[in-house]
Amino acid sequence: MKTEISFILNGSEVRVAVEGHHRLIDVLRGPLRQTGTKEGCGEGECGSCTVIIDGRAVNSCLYPALEVEGKSVTTIEGLQGPKNELSVLQKSFVEEGAIQCGFCTPGMIMSAKALLDSNPAPSEDDIRNALQGNLCRCTGYVQIIQAVKKAARQLKGRR
Amino acid sequence: MTDFYHIGKKASRPDGPDKAAGKALYIHDLERPGMLYGKIKFSDHPHARIKRIDTSRAEKLIGVRAVITAANTPEIRFGFLRDNFALKKDKVRHYRDEIAAVAAIDPETAEEAVELIEVEYEPLPGVFCPHEAMKEGSPLIHESDPQGRPRTDNLIPLKFHHESGDLEAGKRTAKYVAEGEYSTPMVQQCCLGTAGCIAEFDMSNNLTIWAKTQIPFLAQRDFNRALSDMGLPGKNTRVIVPTLGGAFGSGLDTHAYEYIAILLAFRTGRPVKIVYTRTEEFANLSPRQSSITKIIQGCDQNGKLTFREVEVLQDNGAYTSWGATYPSVMMMPATSLYRVPNVYFNARLVYTNNTFCQAMRGYGNPEHTWALESNMDELAEEAGIDPFDFRMLNRNQPNETTPMGLKVSTCGLKECLETVARKLDWKKKRKKGKRSGVGMASLIHVGGGGRIYRSDASGLILKLDDFGNVNVFHGGVEMGQGLHSVLTLAVAEALGVRPEQVIINPTDTGTCPWDVGTHASRGAFMACNAAILAANKLRSKIFELAEEFFPRETEQNLKKYREKNPGYKPPKFDVMKAARRDRFELHDGFIFIKDSPQEPWLRLELGRLLRAVHFRTQGQMLTTEVFYDPPNELPDFEKGLGNISATYAFGTQGAEVEVDTETGEVKILRMVAAHDVGKVLNPLALKGQIYGALAQGLGYALYEELQSQQGKIMNPNFRDYKIPSVCDMNFPIDLEFIETDDSYGPFGAKGVAEPGLVPTAPAIANAIYDAVGVRIRDLPITPEKILAALKKIK
Ligand code: FES
Ligand code: FES
Repeated sequence: MKTEISFILNGSEVRVAVEGHHRLIDVLRGPLRQTGTKEGCGEGECGSCTVIIDGRAVNSCLYPALEVEGKSVTTIEGLQGPKNELSVLQKSFVEEGAIQCGFCTPGMIMSAKALLDSNPAPSEDDIRNALQGNLCRCTGYVQIIQAVKKAARQLKGRR
Repeated sequence: MTDFYHIGKKASRPDGPDKAAGKALYIHDLERPGMLYGKIKFSDHPHARIKRIDTSRAEKLIGVRAVITAANTPEIRFGFLRDNFALKKDKVRHYRDEIAAVAAIDPETAEEAVELIEVEYEPLPGVFCPHEAMKEGSPLIHESDPQGRPRTDNLIPLKFHHESGDLEAGKRTAKYVAEGEYSTPMVQQCCLGTAGCIAEFDMSNNLTIWAKTQIPFLAQRDFNRALSDMGLPGKNTRVIVPTLGGAFGSGLDTHAYEYIAILLAFRTGRPVKIVYTRTEEFANLSPRQSSITKIIQGCDQNGKLTFREVEVLQDNGAYTSWGATYPSVMMMPATSLYRVPNVYFNARLVYTNNTFCQAMRGYGNPEHTWALESNMDELAEEAGIDPFDFRMLNRNQPNETTPMGLKVSTCGLKECLETVARKLDWKKKRKKGKRSGVGMASLIHVGGGGRIYRSDASGLILKLDDFGNVNVFHGGVEMGQGLHSVLTLAVAEALGVRPEQVIINPTDTGTCPWDVGTHASRGAFMACNAAILAANKLRSKIFELAEEFFPRETEQNLKKYREKNPGYKPPKFDVMKAARRDRFELHDGFIFIKDSPQEPWLRLELGRLLRAVHFRTQGQMLTTEVFYDPPNELPDFEKGLGNISATYAFGTQGAEVEVDTETGEVKILRMVAAHDVGKVLNPLALKGQIYGALAQGLGYALYEELQSQQGKIMNPNFRDYKIPSVCDMNFPIDLEFIETDDSYGPFGAKGVAEPGLVPTAPAIANAIYDAVGVRIRDLPITPEKILAALKKIK
């Protein structure tokens, strides 16, 4: 039995038919073809599927698709600027060497974005707290922390 | 040292923006028109005869397009010793044996169909411990070898042995001796992007496979052989490597799931995709082998090593992969880390009913360095010498040949040891008690390729287009480590163009020249050496053509320049005469004459030259190809002799830890890492390699262990198999790179991908001993083990 749901995805309204057992990630990667959101475990343990729902970082692999009805979802695809450019946070990840294989990157950036949106001047502990659910096997996290710090500094300069 | 324009400068990676935007396409993201989804039915027993397989219910499920078993498909053998089968016919030897597979229109249907497959087994007694497996009368995992000859034991017929000097004499001259048995667990690569592939046939029965591989060309060979087994001799495979979500050694073999996807694709005539879930990955993808190493070392009264004796036993699991050759790398530190005159090394591998193992970063070196560097500290204590002084006394030196025949060219081990001691404040912090302590450990690793196969070569093509861009075709694999980042810089530097003008093409056996594979920390070393050779060839061609075109084109430049700058008087300079191939230089994409006046019109844009050459009658395009084979040798592993690499990487890591004696928890206060990298190519990428490897080393030291009970993986998820999180990496890491400027290295650089995790665990263990006086010899060093050991010494 499919149910049609509608929600805001990266600023535009979308309508899609979903099954009761579908998770948000299934809908994003499946019918909506937004493959930027990655599935690293499917069990809420790695954070690679992180998206932002109404301002909160959420594991889309645990989030029932039906519950997204009427909500606003931001995925990594929603961060790009109008002239095909990266956001400050994304650029900072690139420049600081925070990306290796890149599989954890979209989720990592979404968690960092949710943090910076609510806390523009995070301490290192705040950053660690915000990213503790996002596993990365490649980088050892050092340059990821540096990237988030740098983005925070730059965004502050802009405010 | 030479000054470089790009090499050594911080540069971000070319694939970074797409990855940051979520646009990089991993195997999980790829789709082909009409694609089906494959799913595998794995064994329900660790050791059993297959009595009957009933697939009838699965076949009837709506949406199922094919169900295959060994009974209805041709036999495909694979594995390092060809002891494995894509689908198992009579017998299963571990839980992950593939019994049947399904292709269906969506993943859910495929999964449902697999659950409908019924298998009847006759369970056999299993053997799960390598010691047990070697006992007489132990159940045989393989009753016959791949040639059909009966087997009488579970020993793997591979010999890794070394003897040099006079062991008995070494023992006689030893005043102090330390002996111990050290073990390491199975650990998983834990790539964030799980394994998978898409297989597709065209109507001529040639195969294209998108594979998560580090060895596209050896995989092509394996798959072509499979095609031949399928009755398609002479048919070809094209291997395309998508963006990889990590690899860490897991792509050094071809896998049963790939052969199964190929069989399903052929059976259905449709593209078939198989991607592992995380649980499947933990349970069914080969991990790093466990090992048990017995080591005895002795030194004379002055602390000089007099002998080293090593026995390794490895639980190989039920089938062989390339990972069965770990001892080929173990014998490198065993014979060659620190100067030791009399050495004995022997390794045995046994089949068991455990999951079979494969390569992981470091390939035997972390296992062996764990034993060796723990034992070095124990011997230093026996001899009453400070462990740092003891290492300095026995350290390797430049231009020496080790007992294995490794020809050490440059060696920064002295500087590495000193750096770590200085940064740790060694003499002050050492033996201070109070539950905190410092420890160190060093490493030697291949840094100039690693010849474990007949060819250790790497081909590379540079193709210039009409616009001065350079297209690079290279068979090495970018799996996240930053190969394409350093290759971009190397091409830009060596050719004389801007990094933005360098375009690295996707790795594809159909377009790239042969490369043995991205392993043994060889990627950057090989690719950059090849890039330098190719760039030099291309520069010769460009400068030869410039003799003809430069005067003509710059004269036009001058004309235009004069129109814009009336009254301009050009300096006296005879372009015609100076335009000689040996006087040209190319930089930033512009050709000019060395020592010529710095006039803007006296430069020729590379693209303009290329267009002039292209569009004249009987024009030409510039492409060059090289095949770089490094100066190293394939060792005789039965004798343990041979210079396996062109150069060797050294390094030392140090840890300062605090141990809670109530809970047994270890807190890392800081880590220091000093690595002889030859030359820093890109500091950003290099730091990332060391930080990342060190984090894996930390996991290896303190938490990671794939738990297997009667052959079943008990912790197939990130909840129960813990890898370091950002909260665990909550300590400062002080990195220092020692530049020894190796003459074999591209721009002086050595391979560095693996060294960062090799000495981490023993450095931490040695620090724990310094802190609380307990010596843990069995990884991982869990709080329980520390508490138990503390109890014993009380
Ligand atoms: S895929 Fe959602 S947490 Fe891992
Ligand atoms: S960059 Fe590979 S998992 Fe984070």
